[in-house]
Amino acid sequence: MDKLVIQLLNESRERIYTRWMDEMEKVRDEHRLQSITDKAYEETNQELFEIIYTHIEQNVHKPTDRMTEFAEHLMKIGWRLSYITQGLQNFRRIILAVLLDANQSNEKVFAMYDEIDRWIDPIVNQLINESAKNWENTVSIQKVALQELSAPLIPVFENISVMPLIGTIDTERAKLIMENLLTGVIKHRSQVVLIDITGVPVVDTMVAHHIIQAAEAVRLVGAQCILVGIRPEIAQTIVNLGIDLGQFPTKSTLFKGMKTALEMTKRKMIELE
Amino acid sequence: MNIQSCVEVRNEWDIVKARQSGRNIAKELGFGTVDQARITTAISELARNIYLYAGNGEVAIERVENGGKLGLKIEASDSGPGIKDIRKVMEDGFTTSGGLGAGLPGVKRLMDEFTIDSKENEGTIITSIKWLR
Repeated sequence: MDKLVIQLLNESRERIYTRWMDEMEKVRDEHRLQSITDKAYEETNQELFEIIYTHIEQNVHKPTDRMTEFAEHLMKIGWRLSYITQGLQNFRRIILAVLLDANQSNEKVFAMYDEIDRWIDPIVNQLINESAKNWENTVSIQKVALQELSAPLIPVFENISVMPLIGTIDTERAKLIMENLLTGVIKHRSQVVLIDITGVPVVDTMVAHHIIQAAEAVRLVGAQCILVGIRPEIAQTIVNLGIDLGQFPTKSTLFKGMKTALEMTKRKMIELE
Repeated sequence: MNIQSCVEVRNEWDIVKARQSGRNIAKELGFGTVDQARITTAISELARNIYLYAGNGEVAIERVENGGKLGLKIEASDSGPGIKDIRKVMEDGFTTSGGLGAGLPGVKRLMDEFTIDSKENEGTIITSIKWLR
């Protein structure tokens, strides 16, 4: 950065600081930071201001480690990234005002402003990139976690397994259901598999289609499917849609399904005297 | 009181979003659980059709009133390829995507009123209403 700019910025640091603090107070509501104490807000502002200034002192065009750490810390405690980006933008705006006040020629001001622009933009960009990367990372980790929970096949008794389905079924999950069903049926040597849809909020034609396909595939590997957990309203919508679920037994509850499954494997529940 | 919402459908999760807001509005209007399930299923079918055939479009859900009757209107619109033969898509079992072919005729049975307006290569608007009894 031009020495003159740095000099000017250092000379008018106090002035910039007060104006900048005023600006930050104005945007406080935008970042939903009303719940933070005035003192904490002021201290954070102070820190951010200092960090911005260290960029000038070190004459760097990318976020310093301190800035990255500061940003990460704020995000962790629930502040928005826009707080920092706005802080930088306000800083730029105030600098322009200061430059204009300094009675320089228009060309000079423009050149200086251009320089400051080129200095601040990479910092903002990289902060945004890093935060976006963080989010993408979180989302992909959660996606994996969700997949693990997605379609478990639980062997309950010898030859009887249960697959409880909870939540929305999309194409990806439907694929997983099919795979887990088939590998599970073979691994546990199941004769009967109960698919429990109590936790599935909507059964539309796509979901029904996937269930029918899964049941048919299970039949092909020599086991039998029972669909359980059909709530009354779901039963009505299935009838309205005109979906034929007649190829395999269906039951209202997991308990009733389990009784049928035991009968099919020539066992039954008895109460002990 | 003016309840309405509009959801853009671009991916599979938008389908979930559309039916979630449909369910909320249905609940607010006082529909019972069975009708709530019917409405959400209908929205799910229509939104999925948009996603499958048109790629993107939108589902608007709003409250309607007609002579003291209260109802919920779903309007699914897209500017996709349009429907070639409307009579055919209303037949049970007709499908071009390997599905069950129960979607549109199903929606018609789930809801009380149902109209399709489609022009080839221009798009489709499907409007459907469920009245509160």
